[in-house]
Amino acid sequence: MTGPVLTDGTAGEPPRSADLSGVPAKPNPTGEIGGTFWRRFVFRRPLAALVLQRLGLSVGLLFAVSLMIFGGIEALPGDFATTYLGQSATPQAVENIRKDLGLDRPWSERYLDWLGGAVKGDFGTSWASKNSVSEQIGNRLGNSLFLAFFAALISVPLAVGLGMLAVQFRNRLPDKIINVISLAAISLPEFFIGYLLIMFFAVKWGVATFPATVYDSMSFTERLSAIALPVATLVLVVLAHMMRMTRAAILNVMSSAYVETAELKGLSTFRIIARHAAPNAVAPVINVIALNLAYLVVGVVVVEVVFVYPGMGQYMVDAVTVRDMPVVQACGLIFAAFYIFLNMAADILAILANPRLRHPR
Amino acid sequence: MNLRSIPLSAWIGIAGIAIAILCAIFAPVIAPYGERDVVGEIWLPAGGDFLLGTDNLGRDLLSRLIYGARTTIFVALAATVLSFSLGMILSFAAAVMGGFVDQLFSRFNDLMMAIPTLIFALVVLAVLPQHLWILILVMAVLDSTRVFRIGRAVALDVAVMEFVEAARLRGEGSLWIIFREILPNTLSPLLAEFGLRFAFSILFLSTLSFLGLGIQPPAADWGGMVKDNKDGIIFGISAALVPGAAIATLAICVNLVVDWLMKRTSSLKGGRGDA
Repeated sequence: MTGPVLTDGTAGEPPRSADLSGVPAKPNPTGEIGGTFWRRFVFRRPLAALVLQRLGLSVGLLFAVSLMIFGGIEALPGDFATTYLGQSATPQAVENIRKDLGLDRPWSERYLDWLGGAVKGDFGTSWASKNSVSEQIGNRLGNSLFLAFFAALISVPLAVGLGMLAVQFRNRLPDKIINVISLAAISLPEFFIGYLLIMFFAVKWGVATFPATVYDSMSFTERLSAIALPVATLVLVVLAHMMRMTRAAILNVMSSAYVETAELKGLSTFRIIARHAAPNAVAPVINVIALNLAYLVVGVVVVEVVFVYPGMGQYMVDAVTVRDMPVVQACGLIFAAFYIFLNMAADILAILANPRLRHPR
Repeated sequence: MNLRSIPLSAWIGIAGIAIAILCAIFAPVIAPYGERDVVGEIWLPAGGDFLLGTDNLGRDLLSRLIYGARTTIFVALAATVLSFSLGMILSFAAAVMGGFVDQLFSRFNDLMMAIPTLIFALVVLAVLPQHLWILILVMAVLDSTRVFRIGRAVALDVAVMEFVEAARLRGEGSLWIIFREILPNTLSPLLAEFGLRFAFSILFLSTLSFLGLGIQPPAADWGGMVKDNKDGIIFGISAALVPGAAIATLAICVNLVVDWLMKRTSSLKGGRGDA
């Protein structure tokens, strides 16, 4: 790690002393960035410093996750080669395959190799198919993002709108209906929603296609019609969560003292919402959206399997069943990376939208 | 609290859970056929000898559904109980001891939560051999991170109250404080959380089984039954939807009870009961 380690006399100072200048109490994850340079930077640009800090934290987290995905698995009982070949394998065969896959080297060496490759976008070769993992992922990642993008495009405005509607008609019929439906939707497994949609839209009424296979020669509109059902499933899955959280976030603002004051002053409803409530509700709502997009990235796994869609999720599940570790680790790392950075985006956007978070305590 | 104060929705939830648990306990008595017996043609429609029809191998769907309740509920419950004990003990220890222990546990918990649960489970299950207890353990450990977060927040609220301080000054040990002072005072919100985790466990187990990584055949479990029968969907055979509906119904029932418990706790605290 190479942080801007400037040492001009005050080098040995504990990072906590930076508290005075408004840095959060947590020591900086990258560790070395201490000293006066960082403090001056924090003082002049508190916002940029906070954002930088979150970025550093996420990179550190991703690093720790990579260690966990690789090293943690190494520490688990059970040998790759033995599980790979099955219980009845001869010791000689196990020994051979270990050598073949390079498992006889110490794990720290293999980890550094793997991490070095992963940073450059090279995830090694698959054990099962002997193909390059990166090549496979390259094709499939695009497909998965395509799916997730359209699901987000539909679900975000819908969820925010319905959440606002629920607040507007709070404790009346529309709110109650929305509440019951969203409670039910949260309880439905993704695959059940998926098969239900297939059963009715694809099989009974024949208005949609199944399986949702896409290939390179397809035109854009063909692709869109192919992913209609998977997108609908994903939308239904995240919609309920997002709506409930949006409702809670807006309700929280609407029941605060200043909104009540505005009401008592006799301001119009529109003015209250536009001038008093909305600026304060933006931050939590953005947060809700980013968190649910992170959830969406993972939700893709099951939906892809249901619809036989050639994306990352299906690739990973297939690899897990045949214990193809390089593929599993690569997919795991990429999914975790998306998840971490979307969560980070939620954090940073919340800070940007809410000045109070810029100066903790 | 009297029985009258329980709303209708919670009664529906309780009834649903009771039926599922009765099915699970008395499965051999209720089920018309055996769990693994092939009794007829494949994918027979519902009605006649087979109330819900037959599955992809010609086994009675209703019987498998009843036996499946056994596996699904047992594994989900075991995982929840384990994850709850683990999360609670660690979170209370973190809240009571504070300082270094708290930092260590909390940071490690953050790290675990940085990886999406399903992805984490996929990675771990790719390495571990397929045993039922390993599945339960993996589900429990992954879920305990969520329990830890809630438990720590709740315990921290209580840990600074006067009676805890009094116990500390009396010279009680950490274990006493955890089990005799904090636990009784945090039971209500934790009960709601337990229900929520149980519902999540059912869905998670079903998802894993559906992906072929959960309970292994020929044992019947609801997620696995969806997987077995999914090929029938294209021919308009709804056999896969039946166990799916069972999962959804059970999860909804648990959520209805949780909803009521949550409203009850927030009204006990004098909260507004919304948000």
